[in-house]
Amino acid sequence: MEAVVVKNLTKTYGKEKTVAVDNVSFSVNQGELFGLIGPDGAGKTSIFRMLTTLLLPDGGSAHVDGHDIVQDFRAIRSSVGYMPGKFSLYQDLTIEENLHFFATVFGTTIDENYHLIKDIYVQIEPFKNRRAGKLSGGMKQKLALCCALIHKPTTLFLDEPTTGVDPVSRKEFWEMLRRLREQHITILVSTPYMDEASLCDRIALIQSGKILSIDTPQNIVNTYPDRLLAIKANEMYKLLKVLEGHPGILNSYAFGEYAHATFRDAHTDTHALQVYLREHGLTGVEVKDAEVTIEDSFIKLLH
Amino acid sequence: MKQFLAFVRKEFYHVLRDRRTLLILFGMPIAQILIFGFALTNEVKDSEILVVDYARDNASQELLTKIGSSRYFNIRQAALSHSEILGAFKKGKIKAVVVFPADFNEDLLHQNKAQIQIITDATDVNTANMITNYLSSIIVDYQNQINQNLEIPYRITPEVRMLYNPQLKGAHGFVPGVMALVLLLVSVMMTAISIVREKESGTMEILLVSPFKPVLVIFAKAFPYLALSLVNVTAILLLSVFVLDLPVKGSVVLLFAESTLFIITCLALGIFISIKTDSQQIAMLISLMGMLLPTMMFSGFLFPIENMPIPLQIISNIVPSKWFYIIVKSIMIKGLGITALWKETLILLGMTLFLLLVSLKSFKIRLQ
Amino acid sequence: MQDDKVIVCEKLTKRFGDFIATNEITFDVHRGEIFGFLGANGAGKTTAMRMLCGLSSPSSGKATIAGYDVYTQTEQIKKNIGYMSQKFSLYENLTVRENIEFFGGIYGLSDERIQSKTEELLQRLGLKTEANKLVGSLPLGWKQKLSFSVAVLHEPKIVFLDEPTGGVDPVTRRQFWDMIYQAADSGITVFVTTHYMDEAEYCNRISIMVDGRMEVLDTPTNLKSSFRARSMDEVFYQLARGAKRGD
Repeated sequence: MEAVVVKNLTKTYGKEKTVAVDNVSFSVNQGELFGLIGPDGAGKTSIFRMLTTLLLPDGGSAHVDGHDIVQDFRAIRSSVGYMPGKFSLYQDLTIEENLHFFATVFGTTIDENYHLIKDIYVQIEPFKNRRAGKLSGGMKQKLALCCALIHKPTTLFLDEPTTGVDPVSRKEFWEMLRRLREQHITILVSTPYMDEASLCDRIALIQSGKILSIDTPQNIVNTYPDRLLAIKANEMYKLLKVLEGHPGILNSYAFGEYAHATFRDAHTDTHALQVYLREHGLTGVEVKDAEVTIEDSFIKLLH
Repeated sequence: MKQFLAFVRKEFYHVLRDRRTLLILFGMPIAQILIFGFALTNEVKDSEILVVDYARDNASQELLTKIGSSRYFNIRQAALSHSEILGAFKKGKIKAVVVFPADFNEDLLHQNKAQIQIITDATDVNTANMITNYLSSIIVDYQNQINQNLEIPYRITPEVRMLYNPQLKGAHGFVPGVMALVLLLVSVMMTAISIVREKESGTMEILLVSPFKPVLVIFAKAFPYLALSLVNVTAILLLSVFVLDLPVKGSVVLLFAESTLFIITCLALGIFISIKTDSQQIAMLISLMGMLLPTMMFSGFLFPIENMPIPLQIISNIVPSKWFYIIVKSIMIKGLGITALWKETLILLGMTLFLLLVSLKSFKIRLQ
Repeated sequence: MQDDKVIVCEKLTKRFGDFIATNEITFDVHRGEIFGFLGANGAGKTTAMRMLCGLSSPSSGKATIAGYDVYTQTEQIKKNIGYMSQKFSLYENLTVRENIEFFGGIYGLSDERIQSKTEELLQRLGLKTEANKLVGSLPLGWKQKLSFSVAVLHEPKIVFLDEPTGGVDPVTRRQFWDMIYQAADSGITVFVTTHYMDEAEYCNRISIMVDGRMEVLDTPTNLKSSFRARSMDEVFYQLARGAKRGD
């Protein structure tokens, strides 16, 4: 059963017809946690806004829970939950007032769907009389998620919920999303952080309005075509320069404390490479096979 | 309905928790009434008047007592030459000089007419005008008094009449003006800003993606400001009746009905601005420049429209507050009823319907 | 200036009423070093950065930036630092060239210097053909790179980068770090905050702030071994998890 079906969706802006979303197609199964992964300006927000009926597409079509995003926008509006990117709640209302307000606007009560938000809400309940403006980033996020969930949506759209949030709060947020899947809510989430991709059931890598690849994170990583080496040296910048100059190099870039590199010859002799690097004045050289990540795949797709 | 009420309650939370909003809402009407109403009349009250009485006869003494007993003037007497009068003005304390010629009584008795010279400090034109007018009317008053039993009347000065404002209360024209201003600020500016704020914070997106009808969102946002505006009308009227001693001559019910009509005009304008703008600053700027300024200029409450060039007079007709100002003035001061005001009311009603239509037309159920 | 320390901080503190935003932080940064300044939201990073940039006066403690005192010589400090953040980058409705010229002018470079610098910069960034386009029309990655180049246009001793790579794609992010390495190589000290933990690994040394205090300060390698962690992400998580404050 498919909760979201997108076919050749296109969106342009302004007189110059700047293309924001370019012929995008994908579908999301019911109960799936689906990630739209890409940098700012890739078109993630435009896709979300079209699916939540806030924008009209310039081409293509899409259905959410079987409803057409143009014709049946009312039906979609009463069934989905949405958390916009810059969403900041009502700063001058307390946690409880915010939640109560959104529950009422969506024609429900907190009690009716309390089971859905219970896990999250108990964490912020001790501060329920505090105004949203005085909450920490992580707490605001939890409250926003509660507000988006309170009417028991069939599908939840979360647009960059973790942008600008520190790594600890990001981790907590993803744990909450994983738990929500048990409630059989379909979740679409967008993020510019590649490391969050592995937490989704399936992901679409997106850049400049185009989808580069759609699959499970594992499959995307498994189908990485080249042999990826992780190389370390005491002088990172020099290491990158030397690798760039290597005659057999395909691509090389910094990756945490290592540099990741691919070579034309899949069977590059790692020992010879070490010698080459030392000859070029590097110390503390270490070469090993790298564990491919989504970020490597993304870089490969962009290259 | 429950959703609507939740919305209205939320809106009141916003208003009541923001000190700046509260200040604009309730501080401003009070301050404006006091500034415009009180301070302006105070300016003429207890003005220092220097009297140079060359006559020192019955008539001049009587008239002087009359002037002195008015609460507008404090009289000081001095025998000065013309050049010394100039010097007295330069010291700045004196607002006007009244000069009685040596044969004031003589002239009055034998020629039936006499002259009094009033010299005012015209650096402040408004005050000078007001003082001249007040003095003139006191003189006319005196003239009427001594003329009561005479066949051939004495004439002292040209006739000056102050229509509809016999007690010479300056605040009269200001109360309707302040009312128009305050309602504009609350209904246009605050409504526009509060809707645009939801756009900025992203909450508007959520509200659009909800089963709640988008048009109802707008109405629910406007409703609290209608209520608050009516509170303001009440506050202004109470202030003017009990603090400024200005009774409402006409029907209070009619006054509230017309105010409600004008508030709806303003709300429609506010909603229109909020639809067309995306930032609070721009909404505020448009409200101030586009609404407040024309009201000050063209409603007739600071500058008389009759004195304006014809093109400006024509422009003034499209400013809703002009019509509201006329209506309120007529009800409050002249005590006129709807029979005399149906034309203005109809114009205002037409404007309201037009603006409501335009803002509903331009309202979008999507983001773009 | 004694040896090669360009930032010297001693018990630097900032109080807002009862709230201690930055609590007695002590550290040095050397010339040409890439110094990572990490911490959870609300840990006091922004407050500390503001004091170091001469924008906010400390409540107590001592600090010198490029040899100038943060209490008394803020004007000299501003002349010797560059600043770039994710939020403030460039004027969107000016062209690339106009932006470069404007910021050159702000820092008092001579007209000839501005001219030669502009050409050199356009060449290096590959923006020659885009020189007369409005900055607003450029992709985010280019904006950030341009913004960084403008921040070091006047060859400052230190450049402060506040989450410079937020939301940028992984390839552009690495090109950006290339520029950081180059700047450090030419002797500019780089003081950078980031939410990407892999970027923390690119720094020579890292400090992590928790609840206003500087909890650790060391090289990424040493930090990982002392926390028995596989990645900087784990180190950060172990430290920041206990934080009581949020923004």
